[in-house]
Amino acid sequence: MSLLSFCEWLAATPGSIALHESHYLYLIVLTVHVMTLCVFAGTAVLLNLRLVGVTMLRVPVSELMARLLPWTVAGFAVMVISGSLLFYAAPLDKYGNLFFRTKMGLLVLAGLNVWAFYKTAYRSVVEWDSDPVPPGGARVAGCAGLILLAAIIAAGRMIPYQTYWFE
Amino acid sequence: MSLLDLFQWFEYSSLLVEMRSSPWLFPIIATIHLLGLAVIGGAVLIVDLRLLGLGLSRQSPAQLARDVEPLLRGSLVVMLATGLLLLMCFATKYYYLTAFWVKLASLCLVLIFMFTIRRRLIMTSEMKVSAIRSRLVGLVSLSLWVSVVLAGRLIGFP
Repeated sequence: MSLLSFCEWLAATPGSIALHESHYLYLIVLTVHVMTLCVFAGTAVLLNLRLVGVTMLRVPVSELMARLLPWTVAGFAVMVISGSLLFYAAPLDKYGNLFFRTKMGLLVLAGLNVWAFYKTAYRSVVEWDSDPVPPGGARVAGCAGLILLAAIIAAGRMIPYQTYWFE
Repeated sequence: MSLLDLFQWFEYSSLLVEMRSSPWLFPIIATIHLLGLAVIGGAVLIVDLRLLGLGLSRQSPAQLARDVEPLLRGSLVVMLATGLLLLMCFATKYYYLTAFWVKLASLCLVLIFMFTIRRRLIMTSEMKVSAIRSRLVGLVSLSLWVSVVLAGRLIGFP
């Protein structure tokens, strides 16, 4: 089954149609998605800025991650659930949307960035935990994280504008 | 000149007519506004969570507030500048939207609250502040911000 035929099948399910046609539910899901951005992206920005060596320089990186990352992860979970519901409401629109495709691609890159950070720089965190400016590898991960986060938010915000730009 | 006149003058100024006729300017300004939201969200959250007894715990609220002060100020400037531009794009529409006035009122309240009561509490030594008071201030600050963001989201709804 191709991705397109999967989207066609999904769009024809009663739940998808109900969510698409619902007056308030769709807007509530959209609101949850935007409100949770403050928690997820807000804490992610702080973590990345700490890795770059810009903010909270006196707080050890491991401590910041231990206390803040649960909020980032919880926020991300809500983002994924509400985002999936938004996709579920209009799978075919999203399938053909270039901004949506870009956003999904960027999300994969952001995931790889986190994975690479844990596999490399974070392994030796005990050596630089309290350094105001972490070593190069961690700074690169933080910088990439910030750029990807901004690009993901921008691509997401642009999803409704596909028709103005490309059609 | 009434407030409505002012809003109409905003909207029909030649610069704004130009801005609206461009298909990409409004979404780009709205995107910058959203990026600012992420930064201000972090800067507010880290201190309010601390006041609520969550998030970072070994640092004093004063230290955290000082650390994120540049982020807070910078993002606030970006938010106000882009917010004003967004308002000017569709000022007459917003004039008639309750959500817009709720957002404006909550924003004024939260800014006053942040730079008076919240700041004073943060800068007071922790020994002298009861946990209840600090939790209450964190809760009021977060609730007002939620109201700002929620009303802001409602402005864009059909």
